[in-house]
Parts: sequence; structure tokens; C-alpha cells
Amino acid sequence: MNPKQADKLATGVLYTVAGIIIVILASLLGFILFQGLPHVSWHFLTSPASTFEAGGGIGIQLFNSFYLLLLAMVISVPIAIGAGIYLAEYAKKNWITDLIRTSIEILSSLPSVVVGLFGFLVFVLQFKMGFSILSGALALTVFNLPLLTRNVEDSLRQIHFTQREAGLALGLSRWETVVHVVIPEALPGIITGMILGAGRVFGEAAALIYTAGQSAPALDFTNWNPLNIASPLNIFRPAETLAVHIWKINSEGIQPDAAAVSAGASAVLILAVLLFNLVARYAGNRLYKKMTAS
Amino acid sequence: MDNYSLDDIFIRDFDRKTQEIAVETEDLRVFYGDNEAIHGVSLPFERYKITSLIGASGSGKSTFLRSINRMNDNIDGTRVTGKIMYRDVDINSDNVDIYEMRKHIGMVFQRPNPFAKSIYDNITFAPKRFGEHDKQKLDEMVETSLKQAALWDQVKDDLHQSGLSLSGGQAQRLCIARAIAMQPDILLLDEPASALDPISTSTVEETLMTLKDQYTIIIVTHNMQQAARISDYTAFFYSGKALEYDETRKIFTRPKIKATEDYVSGHFG
Repeated sequence: MNPKQADKLATGVLYTVAGIIIVILASLLGFILFQGLPHVSWHFLTSPASTFEAGGGIGIQLFNSFYLLLLAMVISVPIAIGAGIYLAEYAKKNWITDLIRTSIEILSSLPSVVVGLFGFLVFVLQFKMGFSILSGALALTVFNLPLLTRNVEDSLRQIHFTQREAGLALGLSRWETVVHVVIPEALPGIITGMILGAGRVFGEAAALIYTAGQSAPALDFTNWNPLNIASPLNIFRPAETLAVHIWKINSEGIQPDAAAVSAGASAVLILAVLLFNLVARYAGNRLYKKMTAS
Repeated sequence: MDNYSLDDIFIRDFDRKTQEIAVETEDLRVFYGDNEAIHGVSLPFERYKITSLIGASGSGKSTFLRSINRMNDNIDGTRVTGKIMYRDVDINSDNVDIYEMRKHIGMVFQRPNPFAKSIYDNITFAPKRFGEHDKQKLDEMVETSLKQAALWDQVKDDLHQSGLSLSGGQAQRLCIARAIAMQPDILLLDEPASALDPISTSTVEETLMTLKDQYTIIIVTHNMQQAARISDYTAFFYSGKALEYDETRKIFTRPKIKATEDYVSGHFG
């Protein structure tokens, strides 16, 4: 076989492998959407779930998913940015830094069900937060923080050190250089990582089953007092999310239309995650253009 | 390459009554960990002149240059001892505000490194951080520094395009403009033309020649023709020491040290 033929063969094999991946992804997406979308209606998206009879919706679960996501991001993003800046810009190369990095890597490879059980033992039982949005958000933080931190650190590291030297040589302090030179340039990467992380969190079930709970008490969407148990804003109420709902229906659902509800919820979930990915891409590109050619 | 003596040294004297010294190092030593990279270099640099630092790769000329505005401070495990006298102050001491000092001693690097900001913001960014918000003054600053860096005519119609969209030579001149917008006393240039094509190089050289009316320039270069063309004084570095320091003309025609002679005539090593 001459080099040209070998090249052709290799190209062919690579195309086939790539093709298989695309076919799997497309058929999975197609199947879920095909099965689920017919059940998705405005009523389905807004009405509460029903336990025994048909016709229940996913309104509360959908709201819970977004609210939990928001809280988890509010907690984890500032910590991740701080930790990422520390690791990329300030940490010296020594054993403490290595230890932190190794810990982050181990944390990020923990199975989410383990994170969930940890959250159950620590937040739910030890700190007596019960099954609540707060417990769930904290568990999701544990689950999400390592990856976000890693993403912030990597994004900052991708900015060439000559950019930092440029800032320092002009008499700017290290902090000013980081804040005004490095972060703006790294922002597109950071944002993309955040949104992808959000997608992961949005679809997470195992970490939430034992922390945010598996029940979705009825909410009164006219009550915005965060201390009232019926208020959607209350962070101490149990809150079953969309992903947990799907898991629950499939494992113990007794509604006559359980399969349909599950399919519809899955379609909604996948669409939301897809949306996150597209938004991440779009926002990343837009920001990059804005930051570099403003 | 190892057979040149490090004790065979010629450093020219300056007549301090008529020749103003802008900055001077005294027994400057740089350590990377335990390893001494610069072995006690004492060089005075005359004001409003261009001084070239030449020498083979690894001879320590860039390390020496980066010590002058203490850019080596940012590298873990690096230690610089000795004095750097600037306006009667030893700027290599701990109680010196290095950020303030760097406003007076600017630097241009080997790789053009404009910020990912517009040309206008590249130049005004640091002055704004230091409190200059007068739009008219900033505009003037942009125009003056771009003119001094010989870039104005090429970019004046679109100052809001990204600094990253410029060609290598233009980007390097933007970096020079950015450095001189701070109106430093001294401009350190670390092989500013090594990444540029010959035409851009000669533009940068012309720029430097016009700048020396207002700035003291110290430039590291690999290019001996460049040193010969633009500089008034030249220091030859070898193995972490300055072996010979003299008027450029003398270095290139009648060097006093064997190592210098071999290096400038291309018989080095």
C-alpha cells in the first residue's frame, strides 16, 4: 500500500467513525423528540403534575429546574471565578497548589449519585436543611464547582503570558492586569464554560434525588414572599426538578399516561439543554467579537 | 565557545560632567533558583542615546534588560541583586513602588503583544487607569504617540479597529506607541524586530532613531547590522557577563576583546 492509498484508507475510517457518532446522536435526538414533542403543549408546560390520573403537566418541575439552576450558578460562579483566578494567576508552583488541583480533579470525577448522597448526609441531615432547594443547590455546587473552576483556570491560562507582561510593563498592578486585560480576553471561554455547565446542571438527576427531594408541592405563583412555603421563591421547600421527575415517573409512576409524560418531559429537557449549548456558542462568539474589535 | 576568559573585560568610561547617565546598573546579578545567570554586570546608559545589547542566545542580554524594569520579579524563583540607579534611587530595592517605576521605564517585547482592544484603547488603556479621563487629551495622546511610532498614517482612519487586526510590524509599532504614550524616560526593547520582516524592521529602526531625541533607548538585538545601524553604544554579552562596552563604531571596527571580535566578525564559537 503506498502512502496515498494509506491516506485514503485512514480518511475513510475517520469519516466512518465520525459518521457513526453523528448517526447515534441524531437518532437519539430524533427518537426522543419524535416520541415526546406530540405531548408537549402549553397546558403540559404550565400545569402541575398529577399523581394518579392522566393529564398532568410539568409546570412546577420546569420552574424548579430553572430556579435551582439559577441558585446553583449564583453560588458556584463567584467561587469558581475566584478559585480559577487564584490557580491561574497567583498560585505558586508548589505542593499545596498541586494538592488543590488534584482535589479538583477528583471532585470533578465523582459520580453524581455520590455527590447526592454526600449532600443528603451533610446538607439535608447534618445541617438540617431538609429536602430543599437550598440543599439541592449546594449539592449541585459541589457537583459543578470543580468543572467551572477548571474551565475558568484553563480559559485564563489560554491568554498568552505576553499579554500580562504588556500590562505590567505599563505600570499596571497584577490585579489590574488580570481584571482589565486577561479576564476580558478570556471571557468568551469562561461564558461558554458556564453555559455548558448550566446545561449539565439542568439535566442532573442523581445529585438531586436525595437533596432537593422528589416531591413538588403546589406553588402559588402569585405569592412572591420568599419565606412562605407556597411561594416559588422559597428556598426551603422541597423541589422536584424535571430530570428527577422523569426518573421518578419511569421508576414508580402510576399515572395512566406515565409514558407520555415521561417522553414529553424528556423532549423538553433535551430541548432546554440543546438551547443552552446553542446559546453558549452564540454568546461566546458574540462576546469574542465584541471584546476584540470593539 | 567556552574558551573566552570572563576576566578579560573592557567597559568604557563616561565623562559624568558632560554625559548624563539615565540609568546605571551596579554589580547586577540574576539568580534562577541557585543558578546565577548574570554575574555582576555594571553598565551606565547615557541619556538620549541608543544602546544595543548584543551577544549569542543564552548570553544573558535579555535577562539583564528585563531586570532593569524588574520584569524578572514576576518569574517564580528569580532573584536580582545589586543596584539599579535611576535618578539617584536604587530601584532594585524592596521599598520602591515597581508599578510607579515602570511608568518611567517602559518596555517593548520580542513578540508584538497588543491588547485585544481597539488601537485607541490599546494606547489610552493605561493612562486611563492612571486617572487621565480628558477626552481631548487622550485623543492628542493617541495621535502623538502613533505619529512618533510612525503608525498614524496607516491607522488614523480607523482607530477603533482591533489592535489584533494589524500586521506584525504595525502591531509592534502599536506596542511602541503604547509604551511611549506613558511618556517614559527610558524605553527598553527586547528584540523588537526579531519577529518582523525586513521592511517592517527598517520602519521600526527609523522609528527608534527619531525617538532617541526624547527617550533613552536600550535595545537587545540578535541582528548585528541593526546594532551597528542604529545604536550609539554597544555592549557585548557573553555567558552572563558584559565583556565589552564601548561606542558602537569601535565595537564593530576595533574591538578590544577577542570574544567581541570573533562575535562581530562571525567567527564565534
